Amino acid sequence: MPPLLEVENLQTHFRTPDGVNRAVDGVSFHVNAGETLAVVGESGCGKSVTAMSILRLIPEPPGKIAGSIRFQGRDLLTLSDREMRDIRGNEISMIFQEPMTSLNPVLTVGRQIGETLRLHQGLSAKQAEAKAVEMLTLVGIPEPARRVREYPHQLSGGMRQRVMIAIALACNPKLLIADEPTTALDVTIQAQILELMRDLKRTVGAAIVLITHDLGVVAEVAERVIVMYAGKKVEEAAVSPLFRNPKHPYTQGLLGSMPKLGSSLHGDEGRLAEIPGLVPSLKQKIPGCVFASRCPHTTDLCRQVAPALEEKEPGHVAACHYAVKEGAIAA
Amino acid sequence: MSTPPILEVTDLKKHFPLRGGLLGGTTGYVYAVDGVSFSIAKGETLALVGESGCGKSTVGKAVLRLFDITDGQVVLDGKRIDDLSSSALRPMRRRVQVVFQDPFSSLNPRMRVRDILAEPIRNFGLAKDAKDLEERVAKLMDTVRLPRDAVNRWPHEFSGGQRQRIGIARALAADPDLIVCDEAVSALDVSVKAQIVNLLQDLQRELGLALLFISHDLAIVEHMTHRVAVMYLGKIVEVAPKRSLFAAPKHPYTEALLSAVPVPMPGMARERIILKGDVPSPIRPPSGCRFHTRCPYAFDRCRSEEPKLTHVATALDEGHVAACHLHDRPAAENPLAVAKGAALVAA
Repeated sequence: MPPLLEVENLQTHFRTPDGVNRAVDGVSFHVNAGETLAVVGESGCGKSVTAMSILRLIPEPPGKIAGSIRFQGRDLLTLSDREMRDIRGNEISMIFQEPMTSLNPVLTVGRQIGETLRLHQGLSAKQAEAKAVEMLTLVGIPEPARRVREYPHQLSGGMRQRVMIAIALACNPKLLIADEPTTALDVTIQAQILELMRDLKRTVGAAIVLITHDLGVVAEVAERVIVMYAGKKVEEAAVSPLFRNPKHPYTQGLLGSMPKLGSSLHGDEGRLAEIPGLVPSLKQKIPGCVFASRCPHTTDLCRQVAPALEEKEPGHVAACHYAVKEGAIAA
Repeated sequence: MSTPPILEVTDLKKHFPLRGGLLGGTTGYVYAVDGVSFSIAKGETLALVGESGCGKSTVGKAVLRLFDITDGQVVLDGKRIDDLSSSALRPMRRRVQVVFQDPFSSLNPRMRVRDILAEPIRNFGLAKDAKDLEERVAKLMDTVRLPRDAVNRWPHEFSGGQRQRIGIARALAADPDLIVCDEAVSALDVSVKAQIVNLLQDLQRELGLALLFISHDLAIVEHMTHRVAVMYLGKIVEVAPKRSLFAAPKHPYTEALLSAVPVPMPGMARERIILKGDVPSPIRPPSGCRFHTRCPYAFDRCRSEEPKLTHVATALDEGHVAACHLHDRPAAENPLAVAKGAALVAA
């Protein structure tokens, strides 16, 4: 069976007064039906731009999307705006990070959930409201019949995020893109939302692309992971091998720089591993490996030749000259 | 343990009036901080953890005396500062400094780094002459591991992590005894966060600073503090040395908080307590124990009688206090009697 979504050599560049910003520079990946894929990386690595590119939410110009994005066999980049509108919110929908700013403050929650249903499925206002109540029940909001007539400011942050999820799921999408869905929430509320997303995945069966910088969240909900750095995919693996045996020095650095809960009980309270330096500017072409300027194992080869993505173990891909098959770095 | 604490806060209260009504009178209060006591020893890091709206930042601001408190006492190195006049407070202000969360909005974009760092030095008259001032600024840049020649640059020329270093240098410029770090690493990316956490730990050791580390990130708190105070809805519900707290939390809220943190170990089996609902409003806090509306173990007494912070015996360290009625019950009826921290955080 072909994958649900297949992204090939995606390049999203932005024209700026001082040069072209290569926010996403040749990223390929796929998402199978019903699976959860996490895209991890730090600010500016291109993970959100990748998500926006899939839905073609990048303003062109100054942006420019190249490559191919095949969804159920159709290349989204060749569709007309009208055809694309039929897909957004219907077949592919999105949850944004800020539940405060991504809801319309002057419309009731019910109207906002109903909007997609009326547009895509041609429901009447009354049917849409009934369905909105059903969706609020699904995402675990108490007293849905009352809440459906309330405005976003009357809801707490966690409830607003539940409403966002209800909107996203209203039309039964095949793919849900969640861009930092729990970053703005407190941990106890985050735990509720992650639990909800896991439950919904079982009941609704949509594939999820989860974009996040939080490796803890990744470990809890994802099945497969892509690690991005400076606009490129540097590693991809199923979730367990990635955490147990990361191949790329950047992934190793990220995992090492995170303090682990329970560290005081195991006595491992040394210094945190640091990744020295800064993410390189995306406006200059980097001849070699994008991570070379910060990598502890850099050699001349790394500075001159960009490493290709190589399968180091079955299903475990990394872009590093030295990440050998056993996982140790020869340097 | 005979040295007096650098900071002692007793029964601190801060109620913000709610304005409204026809004549704009006071219609109620937000009980942001409602009776909080703790102390910090010299050179110690105390973490104040809790979720948004629990009052942890308000406590930080009260310690900095950014506003007048409603009730209670704040004693800095043996001297009460909450009732001092602004002129009498001035020399004390030098001794408590702050690092804010957002490195993008906490530096004046129209001041060069040199002026940002020189301002507190001039303000408190710490430099003998212009040459001494220049020397102090240069030393501060060394201390936070930034190049000396960067003093001529503007804040926008720096990355988030570098700006946070400037913010730390500014706090150090006044040569303080205590620094309040209000979510000082929360806005930073993982790899940069590690750099700043390491820097703060180094500085604390080198300079013997005390830190009040306000944070919601329990993994960071566990990594870098000595003791932890957990706040919920304007009250401290538990205070303990960190090992004791993470091994055997003695308040149901702490237990739930620990179990809610996602751990970067896929497939790890752990006990998970998912709290129902949201934090209640601090305008009308619940009766009795403030946590009873969300507590999985609440019983009748919790609804009517407010528990006090009392000493709880633990296997690990001394000085573990918690405010929970469960500890008055026999051990067999107390789900918090056994140490299950390890099951909550990592197997």
